[in-house]
Amino acid sequence: MSQTRTLAATRRRRRLWILLLAGLGLGTATALTLTAFQDNLVFFHSPSDIAARPPKPGQAIRIGGLVEAGSVRRADGNPEVAFRVTDGANVLAVTYRGVLPDLFREGQGVVANGSMDASGVFRAREVLARHDETYMPPEVADALKRAGHWQPGQPPPPAATWNTLAPRPGS
Amino acid sequence: MAELGHFALALAGALAIAQSILPLIGARLGEVRGAALMQTGPACAGVTFLCVGIAFGALMHAYATSDFSVANVAQNSHSLKPFLYKLTGTWGNHEGSLLLWVLMLAGCSAAVAAFGNNLPAVLRADVLAVLGMIATGFLLFTLLTSNPFERVFPVPEEGRDLNPLLQDPGLAFHPPFLYAGYVGFSVAFAFACAALIEGRVDATWGRWVRPWVLAAWLLLTLGIALGSWWAYYELGWGGYWFWDPVENSSFMPWLLGTALLHSAIVVEKREALKVWTILLAILSFSMSLLGTFLVRSGVLNSVHAFAADPRRGVFILGLLVVAIGGGLALFAWRAPALQPKGFFAPISREGALVLNNVLLASACAAVAIGTLYPIFADLLLGARITVGPTFFNATFLPMMAPLVLALPVGAMLSWKRADLAGALQRLWLAAAIAAAVLVVGLFVSGLNVLPVLGLAAAAWIFCGAVIEIGGRSRWSLSRLVRLPRAAIGMTVAHIGLAVSTAGISGMGFAAEQIALLRPGETMEVSGTIIRFEGVTRAQGPNYTAERAQLEVLNPDRTVRFAMQPEKRFFPSQRMTTTEAAIHTNIMRDLYAVLGDVVPEQNAAVIRVHVNPMAPWIWIGAVVMALGGVASLSDRRHRVGAPARRRAGPVPAPAE
Repeated sequence: MSQTRTLAATRRRRRLWILLLAGLGLGTATALTLTAFQDNLVFFHSPSDIAARPPKPGQAIRIGGLVEAGSVRRADGNPEVAFRVTDGANVLAVTYRGVLPDLFREGQGVVANGSMDASGVFRAREVLARHDETYMPPEVADALKRAGHWQPGQPPPPAATWNTLAPRPGS
Repeated sequence: MAELGHFALALAGALAIAQSILPLIGARLGEVRGAALMQTGPACAGVTFLCVGIAFGALMHAYATSDFSVANVAQNSHSLKPFLYKLTGTWGNHEGSLLLWVLMLAGCSAAVAAFGNNLPAVLRADVLAVLGMIATGFLLFTLLTSNPFERVFPVPEEGRDLNPLLQDPGLAFHPPFLYAGYVGFSVAFAFACAALIEGRVDATWGRWVRPWVLAAWLLLTLGIALGSWWAYYELGWGGYWFWDPVENSSFMPWLLGTALLHSAIVVEKREALKVWTILLAILSFSMSLLGTFLVRSGVLNSVHAFAADPRRGVFILGLLVVAIGGGLALFAWRAPALQPKGFFAPISREGALVLNNVLLASACAAVAIGTLYPIFADLLLGARITVGPTFFNATFLPMMAPLVLALPVGAMLSWKRADLAGALQRLWLAAAIAAAVLVVGLFVSGLNVLPVLGLAAAAWIFCGAVIEIGGRSRWSLSRLVRLPRAAIGMTVAHIGLAVSTAGISGMGFAAEQIALLRPGETMEVSGTIIRFEGVTRAQGPNYTAERAQLEVLNPDRTVRFAMQPEKRFFPSQRMTTTEAAIHTNIMRDLYAVLGDVVPEQNAAVIRVHVNPMAPWIWIGAVVMALGGVASLSDRRHRVGAPARRRAGPVPAPAE
């Protein structure tokens, strides 16, 4: 009788052990996830957002918009590219040291990861352009809508006109 | 032809509905009274497979003959495309890939029907019914929202061509492996549901499920490795894994599938962890469905997501809710009926496998949160957020560390109650070698801590696996070959993990250099000197290319070898792709990319990476899969094992 009771107690204790282990694992996972969340969430900013509330230099952000027509420049003998990104209301100067994606073109939607430097230029660490020339990144579509270049409920402006979406002075 | 395919598909849909109802009723009537109804299951499964095979064959025929009157072919193929890519183009699009999914599912059903004669009749009927339900869902989805056989009028002169990025051997065979893996988990799911319906799980159940889980896992491993290899050489970014949502959605089922693989062993050997294994089987398949949903519905803002249609998203979401919700509801209702058995001490093989499961499931949860949070943030908070690689590295790696540390020890422990001190004692040499790697690595690399820790971990797993199998065979080759294949499989798979870990760690030492070069100018990347000779034009079968001539020089300026990275322009899709040039000697990859050509400066942007040990990542994955094959060939699985599955998808009769 007492033997079965001790057996049951051992079993209970063993199960407790396993539950403890599982709880520990899940607890660590949760803690890790929450701390990682605090530091590693990257928010999207349109050129207008940056003009209104400039983010801290060095903070990782994601920007997007259309590559302004005629803005792509490459210094002599330097693999660094400079261009401007617009959402139709504001422009943002961007520099990138690297190989631009195959579909990077003036007038095309573009999204970039990186951070602002002290002089207000966005230093891109990574430039993404989609593998389809009529594709509009959702963030860019959103930024265009907010800048009043794309009425909600309407189809997007045709791809051919994207590079004519010059910033409207004074707006 | 196309109409025949459509008809066959509709017929398959009707049969699948029959397959999901009749055997289930038969099973409830009992072995004797329901025998006739239960017998309909295998018949339906066989004919469904035949019908889907005909449909798939019809679509493939349309692709092979470039029949542009079929809308799907017109949108995704081109008469000038190489023949291989015409064939693989069958599944290089939404509709075709769904048809492939259904074909594999029907194939699995048919295999359960054909090789399941040793299963209890009721269990087999229930499994086939659940598989029938899944097939019904996917067939309805195909027929109602993504019919691959739609005709187009007027018939276009020429097709719109397949995305050139997908015209590649790596990606041509990536989806079949991935889908075979996903679909394999559907069989585990069906077995789990059947076990819940009957309220009984025992060691034999574990033995029937394990080959399916093994096959699914090894195919998924290969599928993910192929996808990652493709991203490495085709996207031209120099990386192999980007924690991209699409990648994550195939990685989550792999993590849970790996956990399931290990917990199913405990069910088979010790009849413990039954409830947890059933839950894992349901969750693994749920993750597979979620992966399909995420990729196919277009909710993901991914670097390589394909076009999407919201109507389809809603349908797949419905399917997801029914399948996962149904599975979990069944679990909540019936799981208490399963009697726990086979108790064990915390320090035992079972205990180690529990640890493995806890860590893998937690890692999967972290990946899931990172992948899904941006979607919820967008829907609920209206915030555009991305979760970058840093998040995944900060959560995933710390959870893998204890797993790697415990792996060799766990493999040494015996069932039920084990001697931890003894296991550690036997591993002293492995620990010493790992410590030596750590010290030497830190010294040589100049305190580049993380990759060196990874290399030490790889050495620890590798030596641990060798010591384990060596001890088991008492270091005799003749005993080694007579060991159970499952034991050999475990060792091989763990060695594969060590090789992959070493490759991933080696990539931590990767160096990268970018320069704008004129012909004759050189650049240097970690000791390698590369000279740019100029850019030439070249003509491919369906593209034109700009080809950079690079020469890798010896220190005395003589040429060691040449490299020719390209940019290809595909006129049919007006698209450019980057073809990196990769020179490998297994210990390191030299990886060169041609960037922008700047004619006004007579120069080109060249980026060169030196990627130490990069090939080991995929070699390790192949070794892991080989371990799976070895395990699958174990004698215990041979009776009733789905031998056909290893042959891959059976080519369907053309007519």
